[in-house]
Amino acid sequence: MGIEFNKETYRGDYTFTNSPTAIKRFPFPFDKDSYMYAVNMEPHTPVREGSVYYNSFDVDEHYVSEMADRAMVLDEDPLRCQSLPHMELAGWDLLELIMAAKAKDYPDLFKLTCDGDKWHWVNKPLGIDETFTFMDASTLPYGPMEYITRQTQGDFCLLDQREENLWMDAGMITTQADWSLDFDIGMNFFEWHAPVPLAHEKGIFIRALKFLLNIQQGAPARRLNWTMTVNPLLDTSPENYHKWGIQKTTLTPENVGSKQYLRVELQSFFRLPRSNGMVFPIRCYLIKLEDLVTYPKWARRFHRVIRDLPVELATYKGFIDNRPMILDYLAQFDDGAETSPGVWPED
Amino acid sequence: MPKTKFEPSIISRPVYGELKPKNGKSHLLIADVEGAQAILDLAKKAPTGFFNQAHIIYIPRHTGETYLAKLQKLNAKQHYVGPSFGAAQQRIQRVLSDAHNGLQIYLAGSEGLIGQAMREAIGLGFPHQAIQTEHRGSKARRMQCVHCKGVTEDVSTDPFECSHCGLSLFVRDHYSRRLAAFQGVCVDAEDPGNVPDKMEIT
Amino acid sequence: MAGAAKISVKVIDVVEVNELVKRFKFERTDGGLMPTFSGGAHTVVEMNDQGTRRLNPYSLMSSPTDRSAYTISVRRDDEGRGGSLYLHNHVKPGMEMTISNPVNLFSLDLRARKHIFFAGGIGITPFLSQIKQLSAANNGHFELHYAVRTASLGSYADELLEHFPNNVDVYHDDKDQQIPLDKLLEGQPLGTHIYVCGPKGMINWILSGARKAGWPEQALHYEEFLAPEPGKAFDVELAVTGKTIHVKEQQSLLEAIEAAGVDAPYLCRGGACGMCETQVIRSEGDFIHNDHWLTDEEHASGEKIMPCVSRFDGKSLVLDR
Repeated sequence: MGIEFNKETYRGDYTFTNSPTAIKRFPFPFDKDSYMYAVNMEPHTPVREGSVYYNSFDVDEHYVSEMADRAMVLDEDPLRCQSLPHMELAGWDLLELIMAAKAKDYPDLFKLTCDGDKWHWVNKPLGIDETFTFMDASTLPYGPMEYITRQTQGDFCLLDQREENLWMDAGMITTQADWSLDFDIGMNFFEWHAPVPLAHEKGIFIRALKFLLNIQQGAPARRLNWTMTVNPLLDTSPENYHKWGIQKTTLTPENVGSKQYLRVELQSFFRLPRSNGMVFPIRCYLIKLEDLVTYPKWARRFHRVIRDLPVELATYKGFIDNRPMILDYLAQFDDGAETSPGVWPED
Repeated sequence: MPKTKFEPSIISRPVYGELKPKNGKSHLLIADVEGAQAILDLAKKAPTGFFNQAHIIYIPRHTGETYLAKLQKLNAKQHYVGPSFGAAQQRIQRVLSDAHNGLQIYLAGSEGLIGQAMREAIGLGFPHQAIQTEHRGSKARRMQCVHCKGVTEDVSTDPFECSHCGLSLFVRDHYSRRLAAFQGVCVDAEDPGNVPDKMEIT
Repeated sequence: MAGAAKISVKVIDVVEVNELVKRFKFERTDGGLMPTFSGGAHTVVEMNDQGTRRLNPYSLMSSPTDRSAYTISVRRDDEGRGGSLYLHNHVKPGMEMTISNPVNLFSLDLRARKHIFFAGGIGITPFLSQIKQLSAANNGHFELHYAVRTASLGSYADELLEHFPNNVDVYHDDKDQQIPLDKLLEGQPLGTHIYVCGPKGMINWILSGARKAGWPEQALHYEEFLAPEPGKAFDVELAVTGKTIHVKEQQSLLEAIEAAGVDAPYLCRGGACGMCETQVIRSEGDFIHNDHWLTDEEHASGEKIMPCVSRFDGKSLVLDR
């Protein structure tokens, strides 16, 4: 509680920074010294107070600036938020889920009062005080999904469930690892994952889908995914790739520690009650290598993971050309000592 | 020209079959170019009376009059020949909006035609899995530029220039049914000006 | 812990709907609100039937947005293994019970331009909540065709006719009234979806009629909760836990596994959801498959079994549990 919100940018002068608290709670994704795809799901239940896994929807020091960045992305390209007509009910499900969770987990920041269908929502960090009628979209400035996800960190895929599959029929996607909602909207689980290498052959998506279809109300799940980004750029969209792709070539041995970021997605999965749909929040956390290596365990392990990653994955994750430079930087922090199991920096 | 063979690809890339007559109250057959031959081949397998409840919409383009007489001979209840998909689009929408369950849909010819006709049917609630398709003729693709969102028709090389914004785009196999297009992504973003030589799409 | 999350409830009302059907109403024992649900969802009711633990799925029939209580309707099955008999004979207002969080294996396709519901007998229950969902959202073009044995056994038929006179038709078997299926399948707009809940014969009749009329498979939905059928007793070896169990005549394989203290996954307990799918390691004998989950090929392969409803008859069976 008592979060002090950073004033920072995710573009242009890139003033984004992580405080020591944010570094310590960074969701480091590697529990051992190597990485391969796995379904790696676990229940989304609170773990270690203060960690990013403690609340349903983590709010941190970047909240206010991240929401400002989202607003800028949407001003430039409204197609980053879309909902097919049958998904409005799921949008209300999501609004209710987030409002109820945030009001409960952060009572000093958010407040929700419900009197039947008359709802009163207060979001202190963003200065929002709204009274509206639940299930009546005409009483909100945006559709329910857009309204609440303009106030919540992370991307949101809203999925319809039918024909034993999940369909990406709505979403708010502005902090994505290089995929386009506008292109993928309407696709099923296998189709939108089609470009991912190796995992289909390993049957990962078949197992993952089976797991997800069985997620029930009140029993959400989570997993981590990761990639690499040059500069703390949240909006690594295919739409703007012709603008940001060039930044990958600006890495030098001198600036790699401060310019190269590890990008981790905390993906969670909730069943939605009214629509029987699902929501996949994808929350993006960024950390520059300089900050990551302040924990020796993370530094050693990350060096080994990047070094041993299959070429296909380094290519898909977009850092194959820069891998040698990244490894040169990380190698100085890896003395070959053993690392302890698990993701926590000081265990 | 026989039906087209494609290399196996990623899951989002459409897979085409071979048109076969199905049980139904009525039949809508939409084809362009060499797709006419798929309809003619289907006709050989169709039960008598099939075309009494059929509507053929055909766009010959470069094949000119090659197939017109043969299609006409099928004596479909409704028969339309038009110059382009754009010209036929409103007719297709009108037919679908009045159609009833029990209708069967058959699409044949280029990927652009199949994709766009499918998009119209899906928009009215017809499940895409229930639509029969058969690819015939050129492998040229309908490409969406992921950057400017403009669609370039009949793309036959990789990379190609977006006909709207002019960027050089490489041709992905990732396909959107909703857009009826493959995805084109800037080919020289990380090394401006270094555009690989164009290759024919095969 | 297997299954959906549990809710402790108190029975607040038991109403005899007709000579075969009773309605049960549950409130939370802690006084809190029930979870919202979607039309077509069910809850699994746990019963302690004289030492035998029974868990049966029943469709929620109350309004999905009414969070004060859940209601279910249960048809008494005098031939069955006893779950419905237990509810009918032993469950009284004031009793405390455990039910599961709602699970939906029969949800509406929200894209549909129109929904056509076909109900047979007690198969009406999932449609009651679906109709409430559609009429509350004011976006529901629906028709209900409801076949009952006699007027007096037509649970909720009168209320439905009164509230939705233009949407509901009731057909009485004893007056030789039949659902005019062929006529109903004609002239429905593209994007119309069919939902069937009732006896197996009715489900098959409607689905095959629709297929013959050229309806797309994706527009056809059905739900049939199978009660586990009693059968000959048999023994099973559980390879992972190293236990050998005996499945009694009136017991399902899943119940026998649970009775041996093995926490096996499950959800619907009616052969529909796929959650309890179990690998067969070795077998010598015949499988009696009763589920809707596995494909015909999987049934024939002898490699998988759904222990909630399926049985075995033969010399030996070893499962991966």
